[in-house]
Amino acid sequence: MKIDPIHQFNIEPLFTIGHIGNHTIAFTNSSLYMLVAVAIISILMLASGSQLVPGRLQSVAEISYEFVASTIRSTAGAEGMKFFPLVFSLFMFLCVSNLVGVIPYTFTISSHLIVTVALALLVFFTVLIYGVAKNGLKFFKIFVPHGVPGYILPLVMFIEVLSFFLRPVSHSVRLFANMLAGHIALKVFAGFVAMLGFSLGAIGWVGGVLPLALTISLYALEILVAFLQAYVFAILTCIYLNDAIHPGH
Amino acid sequence: MAESHGEAKGPETGAHTEADGGHHSGAFPPFESSTFASQLVSLAIFFVVLYVIVSKLALPKVGGAIEARQNKIEGDLAEAQKLKDQSEAALKAYEGELASARSRAQAIGNESRDKANAQAEAERKALEEQLATKLAEAEKTIASTRTAAMSNVRGIAADAAGTIVQQLTGVVPDAASVSAAVDASLKG
Repeated sequence: MKIDPIHQFNIEPLFTIGHIGNHTIAFTNSSLYMLVAVAIISILMLASGSQLVPGRLQSVAEISYEFVASTIRSTAGAEGMKFFPLVFSLFMFLCVSNLVGVIPYTFTISSHLIVTVALALLVFFTVLIYGVAKNGLKFFKIFVPHGVPGYILPLVMFIEVLSFFLRPVSHSVRLFANMLAGHIALKVFAGFVAMLGFSLGAIGWVGGVLPLALTISLYALEILVAFLQAYVFAILTCIYLNDAIHPGH
Repeated sequence: MAESHGEAKGPETGAHTEADGGHHSGAFPPFESSTFASQLVSLAIFFVVLYVIVSKLALPKVGGAIEARQNKIEGDLAEAQKLKDQSEAALKAYEGELASARSRAQAIGNESRDKANAQAEAERKALEEQLATKLAEAEKTIASTRTAAMSNVRGIAADAAGTIVQQLTGVVPDAASVSAAVDASLKG
């Protein structure tokens, strides 16, 4: 019995859409789960009715709305609501796709670095472009913190600039690594159950209770992580957007 | 076990899978650059679609529902406050009216009692006066009747005395002496 915890991350082309240069553009299992996430969000938000007294689905839609709105307001202020659609799309896309990805035999979109990097760069360039467009050169004040003595200012500025340009790296790798590691750990521990059983027979199946219990607890943790990493991604987006909106702070 | 655990992290993972002859081109799937273009294109398409749906349809709809509810609640609260104020004003007006009506009733009562008293007094006075006149008249009548009766008594007594004397003595007495005797006995 061989455990292959990496197999779940394979990209399987379902059909080819076209070619860009010498790249083949295919509709893959990843694309399918993106479509699933978009469909679930659309159904949740659009098919839930607009009753005065909300039903279950409408409550979920409204709670998501209020949750993201209050996150933006508390981190980026009322002006941050300009980016409500962006933050809401990011949060819901990641949250739904991560939660779908926890279901066995599904695919997790954000377990691929290229996807999280693309989303992190989207946020990075939104912050950079909006920040410069709105504040002009004042935007670069974010690299010059207040109250720093002149002689260490160059060092501090160097660190600030470096950390600013490393943001997309930490932003994307955090999400990618969490999803990847969690799914691998889950697969490995679940694999132990079968491996013990098939290699040691009856004793193995009894002994397999231990990794099974571990798998169940890890599974619960992964559900939490799926939500939490989407939330972390969204709140970091808000914090970065806050720099673009209020560069003086 | 340790080996499987090692697969979870680190660069040797890719090499390991490769050595194992993983069914793909061999690289660790997240670092397999041949799939990047497909993923980026589908991510771009679906994220843009999601963004448009969210910003044009979903958020206005859900936000509108929340706002409508908020407005309804605020409107209802304002309506309730208005009605409460109205009922309080009505209660105050009622109480004021009740107080004024009570004082008016008292005034009317006092007035009518005074009027009744005065009327009764006047009637009593008029009656007393009437009675006094009647009494005086009656007394006058009694006095005159008494005088007339007294003079009649003297005549009757004189006649009776004359007749008694005549019956007893057979002599008709002298009228002057009889009346003198009657006067004397009346005085006596």
